[in-house]
Amino acid sequence: MSWNRRHLLTLEELSLAEIEQIHTTAAAFKRTLQRSVKKVPALRGKTIVNLFLEPSTRTRMAFDMAAKRLSADVISVDAASSSTTKGETLRDTAENIQALQADMIVIRHAAAGSPLYLSRILDIPVINAGDGAHEHPTQGLLDTFTMKEHLGSLRGRKVVILGDILFSRVARSNIHALTKMGADVTLVGPSTLVPQSFTEMGVSVSHDLKSALADAEVVMLLRIQHERQAAGLFPSLGEYTSMFGLNKTRASWLNPKAIIMHPGPINRGVEIDSELADGPRSVILQQVTNGIAVRMAVLYLCAGGQPELVTPAD
Amino acid sequence: MPTLWIRNARVIDPAAKRDAVSDLFVVDGLIVDSLPLAARKRARKIDATGQVACPGLVDIHVHFREPGQTHKETMATGSQAAAAGGFTTVVCMPNTSPVADNTGTIQLMKDVIARDSVIRIYPTGCITVGMKGQTLAPIGSLKRAGVVAITDDGDCVQSNDLMRRAVEYARMFDLPVMDHCQDHSMTQGAVMNEGVMSTRLGLRGWPNAAEDLIVARNVILSEYTGAHIHLQHISSRFSVDIIRRAKTRGARISAEATPHHIALTDESLATYDTHFKMNPPLRTEEDRQALIEGLRDGTLDIIATDHAPHTDYEKDKEFDFAPNGILGLETALPVTLEVLVRQNKFKLPFVVDLMTRRPAKLMNLPAGTLANGAAADICLFAPDEKWVYDAKMGFSKSSNSPWSGQTLTGRVKTTIVGGRVVFSNGRLPQAR
Repeated sequence: MSWNRRHLLTLEELSLAEIEQIHTTAAAFKRTLQRSVKKVPALRGKTIVNLFLEPSTRTRMAFDMAAKRLSADVISVDAASSSTTKGETLRDTAENIQALQADMIVIRHAAAGSPLYLSRILDIPVINAGDGAHEHPTQGLLDTFTMKEHLGSLRGRKVVILGDILFSRVARSNIHALTKMGADVTLVGPSTLVPQSFTEMGVSVSHDLKSALADAEVVMLLRIQHERQAAGLFPSLGEYTSMFGLNKTRASWLNPKAIIMHPGPINRGVEIDSELADGPRSVILQQVTNGIAVRMAVLYLCAGGQPELVTPAD
Repeated sequence: MPTLWIRNARVIDPAAKRDAVSDLFVVDGLIVDSLPLAARKRARKIDATGQVACPGLVDIHVHFREPGQTHKETMATGSQAAAAGGFTTVVCMPNTSPVADNTGTIQLMKDVIARDSVIRIYPTGCITVGMKGQTLAPIGSLKRAGVVAITDDGDCVQSNDLMRRAVEYARMFDLPVMDHCQDHSMTQGAVMNEGVMSTRLGLRGWPNAAEDLIVARNVILSEYTGAHIHLQHISSRFSVDIIRRAKTRGARISAEATPHHIALTDESLATYDTHFKMNPPLRTEEDRQALIEGLRDGTLDIIATDHAPHTDYEKDKEFDFAPNGILGLETALPVTLEVLVRQNKFKLPFVVDLMTRRPAKLMNLPAGTLANGAAADICLFAPDEKWVYDAKMGFSKSSNSPWSGQTLTGRVKTTIVGGRVVFSNGRLPQAR
């Protein structure tokens, strides 16, 4: 089966087969990362612009790294250095990037839907690196890729996503990917941050940590931001931790082989105890490494590469 | 001014309970019951066979952007869009630049209207100085300067006490108070209806409850003070219920629904198209049905458009950053006919009433009738004619309409204001 998409905007619009194609391609690229010479020539001569209009460390570095491993030239633009601070519209910024002969644009933006908006304007591929509270497709892809490495097929696997779901693009992308892959997903957190409307997306919603964690094979924690407390969504970080923070006792309710995930950045002592973040069940840093391979796959496929052509021969 | 002989129209005049195929005559800008044979020969004849002749439509909620935002719309272009949509009387909102919180701005508007408008435009004034919700605007002076109502438009007065004083004070002049019902504390950063769609799209939600709270507040204040409060563009099913109960108690509450809220839902936002972004937002199918039933049983009194022009470059943005609002005047009649008459089997004279006599009566305007001796403000439309609406070819200065490019059924053929033909077969013969 060939890859037919130019843009990666959401996981909602991808089929299960497409998600698996990306995972297969990522697995091949991951093997190249073990070699002493890590570069492959797949995107040699191509220029990728990382347009990061919202702060990001991990995602931006991973996209940067992925593009360089593929031998592309990379230019990164952030909000402070872009002309958007001078009042330029997103359309004009993007059209200028295209006129500068970029071959692909990776966008991170605080406004949901802006990658879709750019894809309607531009002729070059648009990759969503996170749009508001909507989606973060490469994160959802790397998270499910990491889960598969540990659990094999995700069909029927019990996955818990715990934390600020309402404002989380990571949660939404994971929900779409995991439901397509057949996982049994439960969202957990305070009712103000985990509204019932999420059940329409094919997942369960729970506010009872103990029953939700029982026998879960994956628990994915999401960062709790103190801004939400200021907005009155929960009383205090302390109360959050006492009600929903993952600690050693609560982790014992999980399936013994369960893995602990977090997209970062971590608030140690808030949503997760330090010893669990650093413990043997944590795959948090593996997620980061897999982020490079998955983004290599996405850049490669959306630039016109085909899954079967990835041959990581030494 | 020529004598007019409109022939063979289905004449619908809700005020007179008239619905029959007949002729209409206009002499010296007034409607007359009959015309002597000699005068008929000299009259300008308009063949309206197959068309409906009704009072010129009345829209008590438009934004004409002058003064201050004339890149979006002017009194001239707004009035032309109104004429093209069959409207002969409109009431414009005070959120201009500067806002209409002083008599000088009202006088300026009146001068521009007298100079540029092809229809009748009535201004409203602000409730509070600067529309800031802090101190009362000079409401009595505004009334004397000619406003027909007061409103803080999208900046709903948040203080219950100040609103109480405003309606109590305005009642002294029998001046209606129009309110855009929105509790700001519940809608910080909100850009669409709160619900399943906002959850899926990751957009900040504007819950029904934020409207319902202020609707309930206004019902309470109206009953407490005896003042007339008009609730603008109701969008929530719970609000419809609150208003229905209030009316059974005889509260002086009136309410409007827009064509877009009765025609569309938040499902339209799936592609983040900013032409579906407005305030209050499009809501769910249940809300939409409740609005239609509210119009049917009289809970909601009228249709009003909230015609809100914005330029292409203003609307062409990330969804979060695009301004709220869409055009309404040129599509209001066909959209309303589609939803109410064809889909929901409302009687045509009733729908005409929702768009003519009733809104005029709510704002005490001399409009909405074809009675002998009334000003000849007339709309002729072909109820079943299909046409493609292209907002770029429309008469508004802006083109931000979700219906652009769509085939609509029901087309305004001729609009007459005070006996003058101001719109005829797609053109503005007297555009100044």
